[in-house]
Amino acid sequence: MTMNLPAELLARVDEAISHYPVSKQSASLPLLHLFQEHYGFISEEAILWIAEKLELEPIQILGLVTFYPMFRRKPAGKHHIRICRTLSCAMAGSQELREHFCRKAGIDPHGDSHDHGDPITVGADGKYSIEFVECIASCGTAPVCMIDDDFYEAVAPEEIPDLLAKYQ
Amino acid sequence: MPAIKRRPPHPRERRMIFANIDREDYTPDIDCYIRNGGYEVLRKAITMEPDAIVGEVKASGLRGRGGAGFPCGVKWGFIRRGGPKPTYLICNADESEPGTFKDRYIIHQDPHQLIEGIIISCFALDVHLAYIYIRGEFPEGAKILEKAIAEAKEKGLLGKNLLGTGFDLEIYVHRGAGAYICGEETGLIESLEGKRAYPRIKPPYFPAVLGLYQCPTIVNNVETLCHVRHIVDMGGAEYAKIGRPNNTGTRILCVSGDVRQPGYFEIEVGSLTMGEVINDLCGGLKPGRKLKAIIPGGSSAKVLRAGETYKIKEKAADGSLADKEIGIEDIRMDFDSLAAVGSMAGSGGVIVMDDTRDMVWVLNNLNAFYAHESCGQCTPCREGSLWMRKITDRIMAGGGVESDPDVLKSVADNIAGKTICAFGEACSWPTQSFVLKFREEFQGKSKKILPPPTPPEYLSETLIEQNEPKQLTGGSTTP
Repeated sequence: MTMNLPAELLARVDEAISHYPVSKQSASLPLLHLFQEHYGFISEEAILWIAEKLELEPIQILGLVTFYPMFRRKPAGKHHIRICRTLSCAMAGSQELREHFCRKAGIDPHGDSHDHGDPITVGADGKYSIEFVECIASCGTAPVCMIDDDFYEAVAPEEIPDLLAKYQ
Repeated sequence: MPAIKRRPPHPRERRMIFANIDREDYTPDIDCYIRNGGYEVLRKAITMEPDAIVGEVKASGLRGRGGAGFPCGVKWGFIRRGGPKPTYLICNADESEPGTFKDRYIIHQDPHQLIEGIIISCFALDVHLAYIYIRGEFPEGAKILEKAIAEAKEKGLLGKNLLGTGFDLEIYVHRGAGAYICGEETGLIESLEGKRAYPRIKPPYFPAVLGLYQCPTIVNNVETLCHVRHIVDMGGAEYAKIGRPNNTGTRILCVSGDVRQPGYFEIEVGSLTMGEVINDLCGGLKPGRKLKAIIPGGSSAKVLRAGETYKIKEKAADGSLADKEIGIEDIRMDFDSLAAVGSMAGSGGVIVMDDTRDMVWVLNNLNAFYAHESCGQCTPCREGSLWMRKITDRIMAGGGVESDPDVLKSVADNIAGKTICAFGEACSWPTQSFVLKFREEFQGKSKKILPPPTPPEYLSETLIEQNEPKQLTGGSTTP
């Protein structure tokens, strides 16, 4: 194992594995979440480390990283903004909201490759990144977004500067 | 998380599952729950025979609230106690059907109601290991549930020998990672096993027979498991008096889109019509607007068009069936009535569209969703969902050709029924119904007579062998 995990992360890894007494493989997603939370993305080394820890082939872990949209293989910005793209939010102006966010956060709104594998656009200074995501289940308070793990409802373009100011 | 915007219930609601949602004096901790009568039903349940609990759920007529509306008691009835393999229970908290936003509030504001429902269900089904599969985009919800589980354990309501019964139960929270297909129960099980969420084929992989780790498994929606608590509390027969025959209980409707007051409303199933939901609960449409279309049960449900009429059979007081013609506003909000008009109650997500909406744009948005979320396992769905998106993308960009409405329908017709899981239907029903019911809008934008330009990767020179240069060029408009 080439990675040296901090003791706290290692403890959380072992705790997560203990939740799956029948099959260690079940801990794959939880471990990927822990690694992404800690390192910001899933590196090649992380894939190898998790595979070895769970006694799997690395391809089994890589296959998850490429399948599940929340996992990314390169760093996002220091703060990651997710804006809902799906119908109810779109009807409430999520396309415009995304453009406003991009402008205020210093991100090129047309900068993403629109590639299924890499839907995240990072600003030049690396402070913010933005991603158009599918329904995040709050259609009644559209348009909605998440900044890091925090959730915001009925977001108006005027609120964006104050919102971003909270995430330095 | 920012402060929750609290809203009192509408007078026409009947709140059971949402009784504590948006209450000023209610907090998600266990002490508040116990002060409000929490875990009393569990104490009652452990004095009952487990089979009697299953019997109450059967008697209640409860139908699953996740989307398919399958009778919960029947599902539970497939489980045999004392078999050679353990039984598992999974709570499906992967709420991700566009238009649906009910489980979020239960998890955030009243998590112990769900935990109590899960413990009772596990006691009834002899389950000792249960998972809550929560979607990855609910990190806050996952933390709240983990805290709730720890609190319940501390009080002896969970864990080894719970409440001194000799019954052991562990519940763990498992986070998804952004894939819609994990809401499909067999895809969810694959995901929980640490694999790509490729749904399994039924038969043989009915979860109740061959589920998690190839063992019998019950997968129930968050709202369904909360109902179990209330069924055991009041008794199945009493519960069955709520709502309408075969459509019992209450149900949470989530209304979004072009109404004045979108939101969630818990009603007795079938007690209101579509018109009452829009006009009474949601305050009607925005000023000066007219109703154009409604998606009644999550984005997969077939769209209903304003002005349509439906021929339904209605039971008269003497039990005889009479034909009746009704409009869109007269449709009762229950499972059977929405099925009778050719759509479905689904997950309870109602999306309302007024006359300012372009139906091609709406379908294009949904097609993009399904193209993104197809798991890629079955060819018709993987390729077809993308074709449909590309066609509506092109129509929106001004490149619609005359044959597009028919091609869209043909692609959709060749997905539904030809895939392992119901995603095939889910992604083709919007296209089928939008093109059928709003054909003039699609035709209005699809007027070009030329076929679309051939994408560069299919140019003849890249495809055709040097010695047969002219065979595959027919149909291409590219010089």
